[in-house]
Amino acid sequence: MTGASPAPDAAGLGRARAAGFLVPSMVLILLFLVVPAAWTIYLGVTNYRLTGLAAANPEIVGLDNYTRALTDERFRTSLLLTLQFVLGSAVIGQAGLGFAIAFALRDRRGPLRRVVEAFILLSWILPSSVVAFLWIALLDRDAGTLNGLLGTPGMAWLLDHPMLSIIIFNTWRGTAFSMMLYAAALENVPRSHLETARLAGASTWQQLRDVVFPRIRGHVLTNLLLISLWTFNDFTPFLITAGGPEQRSEVLAVYVYKVALSGGELGFGAAISFIMLLINLVIALIYLRMLGRRKERA
Amino acid sequence: MSAITLRELTKVYPNGVRALDALDLEIADGEFFALLGPSGCGKTTLLRTIAGLELASGGTVRIGERAVTNLPPGQRDVAMVFQDYALFPHMTVRDNIAYPLRIKKVGKAARQDKAAATADELGLSTLLDRRPGQLSGGQQQRVALARAMACHPKVFLLDEPLSNLDARLRLEARTFLKRLQRELGVTTVFVTHDQAEALALADRIAVMEGGRIRQVGTPTEVFRRPANTFVAGFIGSTPMNLVPARVDGDALALAGVRLPVPEDARGQLADGETVVYGVRPEYLDYSPEPVPEALTGQVAVVENLGSFSLVSLDVPAEDDTATSVQVVVPEGREPDPGDTGWVVPRPGRSLVYRDGELVGGATAPPVPAPRTGVGAEA
Repeated sequence: MTGASPAPDAAGLGRARAAGFLVPSMVLILLFLVVPAAWTIYLGVTNYRLTGLAAANPEIVGLDNYTRALTDERFRTSLLLTLQFVLGSAVIGQAGLGFAIAFALRDRRGPLRRVVEAFILLSWILPSSVVAFLWIALLDRDAGTLNGLLGTPGMAWLLDHPMLSIIIFNTWRGTAFSMMLYAAALENVPRSHLETARLAGASTWQQLRDVVFPRIRGHVLTNLLLISLWTFNDFTPFLITAGGPEQRSEVLAVYVYKVALSGGELGFGAAISFIMLLINLVIALIYLRMLGRRKERA
Repeated sequence: MSAITLRELTKVYPNGVRALDALDLEIADGEFFALLGPSGCGKTTLLRTIAGLELASGGTVRIGERAVTNLPPGQRDVAMVFQDYALFPHMTVRDNIAYPLRIKKVGKAARQDKAAATADELGLSTLLDRRPGQLSGGQQQRVALARAMACHPKVFLLDEPLSNLDARLRLEARTFLKRLQRELGVTTVFVTHDQAEALALADRIAVMEGGRIRQVGTPTEVFRRPANTFVAGFIGSTPMNLVPARVDGDALALAGVRLPVPEDARGQLADGETVVYGVRPEYLDYSPEPVPEALTGQVAVVENLGSFSLVSLDVPAEDDTATSVQVVVPEGREPDPGDTGWVVPRPGRSLVYRDGELVGGATAPPVPAPRTGVGAEA
């Protein structure tokens, strides 16, 4: 090395000043992300409670909380419901419907497209508490809009079909994101490629399979990764069904809330939270691996 | 038989743009046909309407014996090569070429054999397992051609086939394309904005402007006898000289001199009429000495173009403004700027335009007789 330059980096900052820029964000991440996560892991191995004796003197109970969770019927039901919720409302509902709308509108410009987009976006930007109220009003047994429209007075949608209700609700709520993402992705599919397929006589389905999906595979995976994680951790169903009736719509986020805050078992709740974290990690790793394989092939 | 017949073909876009205006055209079986014009003239719309990618607003399209005006593109038995080649990046060359056969439900072994055979014809055998991203521009073009050929369509449609290649490759590809078309003998229509490309490749050319066809003819016809001043200005690497003139008895008065009325226009001009005199720079002979029946002026610019130079002379116009006349001068005989020169039109090569249309121009040339494909060895 000849005359080591003080700033070998592109911005010309030098090591010390570059570190100076990083420190504040690092401190914040440490404080609000790493410490609580470590705290959760610690809580998960204690019998810490919100109130009572164990709140004052928590004891280490080892993996008891984890074995209890994994053998708990209510936890396993809740996990199953969460998977239904993710598959039904995110993967099939939001991604499927979002893609279908984006594909149907791909060549449209003008008022129709803008109106559809505006309505779908509206469902996305309204606050959770507001839309929860709207949906309760829609599905209410006595004075609900849906019963009025269908002529089925007294039909208790939220009691008879709680999972279906929150799946449709969450599909409605989140389709905007997928639609916008796919609309942008479809812009990347060259017209000439679709037209080549059309000239060969390809049906719409064949065009999707041979031209569109190979081209937007990365977008699809990114979309599925994001909405799966968001939906997995979504708490809004609580605002509509509160997990009921009889825990029939108690997804994991709701279950943790009930166990830890209503039930006061913070240690047990922390253990379940950590299991959720691990499941999220597995979902993320699966998608990232698929994305990685795509890059290798390209 | 796969001639293409267009009758009163009209395309109006939803925004009101009339891209094709009641267009009549016949393209003979086996013909290599160029659609030429500036951008926005409707040539690409016409090609896409033949393909079925755009639906006609009016009129009819026939391919061979079949009326295809309202058929979807997949049922017209045409293949198109796009400007960007539109190769599928996730498929190998083999799968790309076999793709139309796959859609037509040809068995895997059969379509791969066909793809290999077609690739072989185009010198792509060694590239079958590559992906399009690993190929050069010229190779990509040949893969796109192979994909078009593989299912033996009745008509090939090429959109700006040479414009994505660099200059040197373009000449190579031009020769290759012309040879290929001759060997296959398939009716081929291509779109270009490059008049040199159209002249070099096509059996016949349709020159388009504003959704209409301004002239249809062989390259020789459109080059030598442009039917109107638009075509005259568009065809040729140097545009035709168009000089305002006035009929004066049996002569034309222009640029301060009197020239005899060109043969074709004789007897069709009224005395005192204002017309436009047209002659190509290639059909003018430059002389440094005064000669009779010549235009004269001062040399303004000399542009060296290799084996010849393009010389611009400032000549006085009828209305006392200066106008410029260009002449091609062979190498070694270039004048210097500021010299006075004389240019003589070659006999039978000058034209007269009245209101933009050729006077005494031949009527529309007949459609050539159908030509069947000739074998590679022919």
